[in-house]
Amino acid sequence: MTFTRPTPAGWAVLAIGALCAVGFADAAIAQTAAAPAADAAAAAPAAAAAVPNKGDTAWMLVSSALVLMMSVPGLALFYGGLVRTKNMASVLTQVFAIVAMVGVVWTLYGYSLAFGDGGSMTPYIGGFTKAFMHGIDANSTAATFSNGVVIPELAYFVFQMTFAMITPALIVGAFAERIKFSAVMLFILLWVTFIYFPIAHWVWYVAAPDDVAAAAKALAAAADGAAKTAAQAKLDEVTGAVGWLAGAGALDFAGGTVVHINAGIAGLVGALIIGKRTGYGKDLMAPHSLTMTMIGASLLWVGWFGFNAGSNLEANGTTALAFVNTMVATAGAALSWLLAEWIVKGKPSLLGICSGAVAGLVAVTPASGFAGPIGALVLGLVVSPVCLFFVSTVKNALGYDDALDVFGVHCIGGIIGALGTGILVNPALGGVGITDYTNITGNNAGTYDFVTQMIAQGKAVGATLLWSGIGSAILYKLVDIIVGLRPTVEEEREGLDISDHGERAYNM
Amino acid sequence: MKIVMAIIKPFKLEEVRDALTAIGVHGLTVTEVKGYGRQKGHTEIYRGAEYAVSFLPKIKIEVAIASDQVDKTIDAITSAAKTGQIGDGKIFVINLDHAVRIRTGEADAAAL
Repeated sequence: MTFTRPTPAGWAVLAIGALCAVGFADAAIAQTAAAPAADAAAAAPAAAAAVPNKGDTAWMLVSSALVLMMSVPGLALFYGGLVRTKNMASVLTQVFAIVAMVGVVWTLYGYSLAFGDGGSMTPYIGGFTKAFMHGIDANSTAATFSNGVVIPELAYFVFQMTFAMITPALIVGAFAERIKFSAVMLFILLWVTFIYFPIAHWVWYVAAPDDVAAAAKALAAAADGAAKTAAQAKLDEVTGAVGWLAGAGALDFAGGTVVHINAGIAGLVGALIIGKRTGYGKDLMAPHSLTMTMIGASLLWVGWFGFNAGSNLEANGTTALAFVNTMVATAGAALSWLLAEWIVKGKPSLLGICSGAVAGLVAVTPASGFAGPIGALVLGLVVSPVCLFFVSTVKNALGYDDALDVFGVHCIGGIIGALGTGILVNPALGGVGITDYTNITGNNAGTYDFVTQMIAQGKAVGATLLWSGIGSAILYKLVDIIVGLRPTVEEEREGLDISDHGERAYNM
Repeated sequence: MKIVMAIIKPFKLEEVRDALTAIGVHGLTVTEVKGYGRQKGHTEIYRGAEYAVSFLPKIKIEVAIASDQVDKTIDAITSAAKTGQIGDGKIFVINLDHAVRIRTGEADAAAL
């Protein structure tokens, strides 16, 4: 056995990298130092208005850690167990590296693009006003869904960071076992920048929800024509400062569109552009460890309480509702996948119940704070047979190699969840109804209308499919030109563990 | 000298070892192998992917013995490994030219 020392050239690259990092840090510090005067002026009225609740703050920080646990190790193990032994380290490394890279990118400019003020572009993208965490300190606050209730902006920042980490990590399942590590990293860097940050902004950015609520109430209370016109003008003004899908009244409690449909369609496009694994349909490609997959799926379930219940941004009754919905929908979906498989394929499988649990978690994500528990249970029972149909019948019929069924589970489950949310939010079905400012089009704040709501949900689904689908296709092609997407057939046969990373997941 | 190589069902390994010990065979090499004979494989289904698995897990044992012990050894393995079902395995007997015990340098019969 011999050790190869890193070459002098390698050390030189490392040294240059370190110098660059120091330079970045300096710039960041300089920006922060230059800011306090402007900050103090802006932050002063907010600080006087509302103080974060300690319980809310604690819950949001715990939720952030839970969502991180969904990615590493949850998703990494769930995916890792499903690939062959020779690609285990590759999948684990890809997920871990994406989490780390997006953490850096989110801090540098991602949070600003997703949740900053984009000026005239605000309905479509945040600007760079919060880049390098400009103007964010321990005293900054972020609004929640309750008027007058705030949480520390740093807690909101890190909670949303964990979402930005897991979403691109979901995609790698679609092209697992046949993509170069360099291509994954470059693609994901571009993807979060041009696809994820804008879509998160469209759906979740509401600059001042309390102002929107006040304006909507004023409009509802306005007695005569002149007052109505004035109130409408005020409402239009404040709703100009929200993401366009949020403004269209689309309901997405915890990220059915932003996270799951978005990642799912990007995965399908990737599977189509990159092509099938060498030997697909001929070689045995059975999962190498369903034990790992079961551990991963279980960690995802537990972590998802942070994802869904945490998305309420407070610790209150709606948080408990989202928590319970996440529990019952997942239980229902795990069971219905198992039963459907038992009936159709003849045997109930471990992979089936794990897949069902994930499908249920995906479907209940947008509905978690809007549906009632029985609605969530129905959603869970319905989603699994549909996803099973897609991952077995449709996938085989169309012949695409979505290796770990990112499209079949996340995109399809996400669409069922997004449309289901529009139905199950109906108070007549046990849903919570439309809260005072979320559905702000058509002057129907506070009322549920099936057609209006389904149009809004459909808009969100369609916009996400189009932006992510087309945008991802362009980015894959770009990455293919710059670094190349696929390893050689020899490298793929040997396994990405050795060819990309020079190590094995198992030395036994 | 002979090498007796037997492919057996994995769960029969302990019984075979006991039977061989009882007739004075002290030393056995075991390998986990896969293969197929007349026993049919099975189908595995992972979501939409169905795989016909025709290579089944078996245990291969190898014992080196003096030529006059061959019949006794075959009897011992056969009686211990037999279930009467397809898939019980096979026994192969191979000539062995030479054997050396590494520790002492003893050769042939003394090395067994």
